[in-house]
Amino acid sequence: MIDQLPVLTIIIPLVFAFITPLLGWWKERFCYPWVLLSLSLCMICSVFVLFRVISTGTIHYYLGNWTPPWGIEYVIDHLNALMLVIITVTALLVAVYSKKSLEQEIPEKIVYFYTVFLLQVVGFMGIVVTGDMFNLYVFLEITSLTGYALIAVGEDGAPLASFRYIIMGTVGACFYLLGVGYLYIATGSLNIADLSSLLPGLYSSKVILVAFAFFFVGIAIKMALFPLHVWLPDAYTKAPSAASALIAPLMTKISVYVMIRVMFTVFNPSFTIDMLPIADIMVGLGIFAIMAGAIMALAQTDFKRMLCYIVIAEIGYMVGGTGLANAIAMKGVILHILNDTIMTLGLFTVAGIIAYQLSGHRLSDFRDLFKKMPFTMAAFVVTALSIIGVPPTCGFFSKWYLIQGAVIAHCWMFVVALLFSSLINIILFFRIFEIGYGFRESGEAHGHGGEKALISEAPMTMLIPTIVTALLIILIGIYNQPIITNIIRFAVPAL
Amino acid sequence: MFDFIMGKYNYWFYIALMMIGFYAMIGKRNLIKKIIGMNIFQTAIILFYVSIAFKKGAATLPILEHAHGHDVHAIEASSYINPLPHVLMLTAIVVMVATLGVALAIAIKIYRRYGTLEEDEIIEAMK
Repeated sequence: MIDQLPVLTIIIPLVFAFITPLLGWWKERFCYPWVLLSLSLCMICSVFVLFRVISTGTIHYYLGNWTPPWGIEYVIDHLNALMLVIITVTALLVAVYSKKSLEQEIPEKIVYFYTVFLLQVVGFMGIVVTGDMFNLYVFLEITSLTGYALIAVGEDGAPLASFRYIIMGTVGACFYLLGVGYLYIATGSLNIADLSSLLPGLYSSKVILVAFAFFFVGIAIKMALFPLHVWLPDAYTKAPSAASALIAPLMTKISVYVMIRVMFTVFNPSFTIDMLPIADIMVGLGIFAIMAGAIMALAQTDFKRMLCYIVIAEIGYMVGGTGLANAIAMKGVILHILNDTIMTLGLFTVAGIIAYQLSGHRLSDFRDLFKKMPFTMAAFVVTALSIIGVPPTCGFFSKWYLIQGAVIAHCWMFVVALLFSSLINIILFFRIFEIGYGFRESGEAHGHGGEKALISEAPMTMLIPTIVTALLIILIGIYNQPIITNIIRFAVPAL
Repeated sequence: MFDFIMGKYNYWFYIALMMIGFYAMIGKRNLIKKIIGMNIFQTAIILFYVSIAFKKGAATLPILEHAHGHDVHAIEASSYINPLPHVLMLTAIVVMVATLGVALAIAIKIYRRYGTLEEDEIIEAMK
């Protein structure tokens, strides 16, 4: 049983996803506990996998007992195991959170939403555990297809946003597939471990260079790296709250994971860092993404849209940090994948609560919210401080590692960009705090003679995941050192 | 030059098809034309994969040569066309059909909402 855990993490949500429509056809209200059950089981499996990896090292699982390179292999090392736990925890929190918001936003499609939701989790998990390039493509497309569907059921304008995402996303996936094809021409293998042993002799070949270029551009589209980000803001703004709370934290981060895998496991650092100028290009793109994301976030009047541009800026952190190519910056990048998932989850759950309570997510809707929803706003303040990078929260530590890495690499522009984006984040969030406290109308409020806004908190199923996320942000911040010494230290590629 | 083009004509075809699809996806304003472009783009990649399976020389299909009733039974890798890319493409075709299905479903949803499939008119209607 314990040996089958890697594959169970995929099979559980897959099987549960297929049973969900049948169950919903019989009794719709059973779907919600069913999804929670499936994701809880999945989370337990992934936590076991993580502890097993910490105690015994990398796990290899041969599907159908076909030995690699012929069969498909699941490889779980420290980086994958960490990603698995991130995905399952996020998915479980979003599933708990989704109930009320779905009942309000798309009441007649709940069953299908949960089916696609579970399938998307399957895709995420599959991308992370697989050790086969083509299998990764299939899972990438499962994730994207379910993502298109989840986004398209959102508010007015969502289908067009989703359509644009399909066009862009398909180009990205096709480029990835072409990259796989070129590697297959040159090596005759699709297994990642096999490729990494076959490729070093072929690094001078132009086929390999083309393959790498296709991989990089394809993955950059999937992760919305700055000039290729155009699909992201519309899609994530218009998606249903529960869908954007699942997709926004995970999709981009998993693409960053794929990028790290391709750069440092499929190819080795001596090729990507020493032979190609890609590291400098990545730092440059990262700086552009951070600057552009921060400035465009400042121009938004819609809360969810602003968050989308913050996500774009955060992608810049991770791509730039990878381009710095030293061990400390890589530690920062991997820690930031963890932190940013949790932070983005926190922000989008708050956005969902506000959309649920006030049926809108414009910045002006925040008026007097600190009085009306004290717990939600407390969670929001913690998340916002973490995005800014204030010490006890987790956002500070990954930013610290990134800055330290940039100083070691003598890349001062990246340091400037990070600090600049932190400053912009301060403006962004304190502007919202100001609206939330209603400082501007304090004089007017006195005129009304002590008129008090009543507390109208969000329903418990929405509030608890949001508060748990805020607590996680603080806990990861406090326990960042054990996480780094036990997991991330081993996940950093040898540079 | 002639050899350079004719010797690798399969790659030139795939590049040409891919660019046609790419142009339709970017340049056309009609959503259905964009979907058709996307399909051509994906088909070009399938063509590319299928063509890389080919081997020069006397390579044939293993099923025909090594079937029951034939004398030859030894399996020689150089004597048959590589079946793996073809099998991969079966999966890629499934993915392609799924993408097409989702794209068409969303196009229907857009048409029901705005009554048109021209992108300019939709953007005009959204304002």
